[in-house]
Amino acid sequence: MQLTNRSKVVVQKEMSFMEKLYIPAILGGMKITMSHFFKKKATIQYPEQKREFSFVYRGKHILKRDEKGRENCTACGLCAVSCPAEAITIVADERQKGEEHLYREEKYAKVYEINMLRCIFCGLCEEACPKDAIYLTEELVPAQYNRNDFIYGKDKLVQPLGTSAHPKTYKPYKK
Amino acid sequence: MEIPYELIEKTILVVIVFTVSLLTAMYSTYGERKISAFFQDRIGPNRAGPFGLLQPLADGAKLIFKEEIIPISSNKFLFILGPSISMMTACLTSAVIPWGTYLEIGGRAVEMQVTDINIGILYVFAIVSIGVYGVMIGGWASNNKYSLMGALRASSQMISYEIAMGMSIVALIMTTGTMSLKEIVAQQAEGHWNIIYQPLGFFIFLICAFAELNRTPFDLPECEAELVGGYHTEYSSMKLGLYLFAEYVNMFVSSAVMSALYFGGYDIPFIEYLGLSSNVVAVLGFLFFFAKIVLFIFFFMWIRWTVPRFRYDQLMHLGWRILIPMAIINVILTGVFILFTK
Repeated sequence: MQLTNRSKVVVQKEMSFMEKLYIPAILGGMKITMSHFFKKKATIQYPEQKREFSFVYRGKHILKRDEKGRENCTACGLCAVSCPAEAITIVADERQKGEEHLYREEKYAKVYEINMLRCIFCGLCEEACPKDAIYLTEELVPAQYNRNDFIYGKDKLVQPLGTSAHPKTYKPYKK
Repeated sequence: MEIPYELIEKTILVVIVFTVSLLTAMYSTYGERKISAFFQDRIGPNRAGPFGLLQPLADGAKLIFKEEIIPISSNKFLFILGPSISMMTACLTSAVIPWGTYLEIGGRAVEMQVTDINIGILYVFAIVSIGVYGVMIGGWASNNKYSLMGALRASSQMISYEIAMGMSIVALIMTTGTMSLKEIVAQQAEGHWNIIYQPLGFFIFLICAFAELNRTPFDLPECEAELVGGYHTEYSSMKLGLYLFAEYVNMFVSSAVMSALYFGGYDIPFIEYLGLSSNVVAVLGFLFFFAKIVLFIFFFMWIRWTVPRFRYDQLMHLGWRILIPMAIINVILTGVFILFTK
């Protein structure tokens, strides 16, 4: 069975005189290299130019706040359950009096950690979340020297105060 | 006291020729990287300076500041002598190349050639043959089997191809009747370029030039797949730089020799009908000569990024059983041609 129609049958036949000269073949090769010389290059000059991410790109997570700046997450744990890589750790706590401006509901996540080395960026946490709290952004997870630095806590995950954007069009936060 | 004009002229000319050949070689390394990148759909160095033009300086600085290692088991004197010979012979050849006609400065006709010896071509060949000692001594002194293998390959390859190269030049000398490069170029400026009389000879010369320069497809001495780095495996720092740089100087000089022997050197066709002053013609001629050299260097690089490396037995087969007989046939044909046209 043929998978492609590009395979060529090798024949061990005697080469003709013109083939033995190799000159036509070399000239043909030179033509090919010269055609590549003038081709448009695919290079992107990285730090100056950046390639647009796809609309459905899944990068670093973000824990959203609502329009009043309160954290959406209620520490229900559905994201942790749905996570196939078991990358999410949540410790829940009760909201105290006077914290109403920080957390939207009575229960909140005291600790919310995602291990970025375990995470496979499948986006199932995003789909599981009933409170619109977690989304995957276009931001990249940068390289670190230390394994512990890949465990992102709330300091790195929660949406910075004063920023607002639709989750899917969220651009990396700029200072 | 009489001012020694001759001495001053020649000194200045030597300095200029030396600088130009080194600068050209320097920018050949940049050109090589850029051209290879373009052939492979890449962009090449573009960070150091505008368009990466300072890249050769950065490379040179890097090589100079790298740690210099001389292996304990090596012969120290020969180890240093190897790259020195390579670089020296590469620079010596440019002495006999006529860079232009002559400039009239203050009523004196200043030749644009360092020295016009009447055995110019033989001189070039002699110096190029010494170049193999640089490779051979370097490979031997390293006391490393890969270096030695590379050096052996280099010497056998150069010796084999020098015969065919010499034979192709014999046919050229038969038509020109002189060995002085200046006269050969002058003859072409008056008549036709030698490529018309010696197409086969040029072809053989070109292939042999590739082999003499150790450039792809004949770069077996530095075949990294089998020989690590070939004869310069043990070299580091600027000594390695000198070996690599000598290759580019050689490429510049052999391009100059080829354009002088077969493509009329500084000759611009039909320039005499324009009625320009001799100084302008000389400068234009030099620029034209330089353009020819650059084209040849580009051609060398074009071939390098097109044709894969030969196997060793194929290389020897091509040299001894194809090029040498072809060169002899070329000599005979030239002889017959001269006999019947005279």
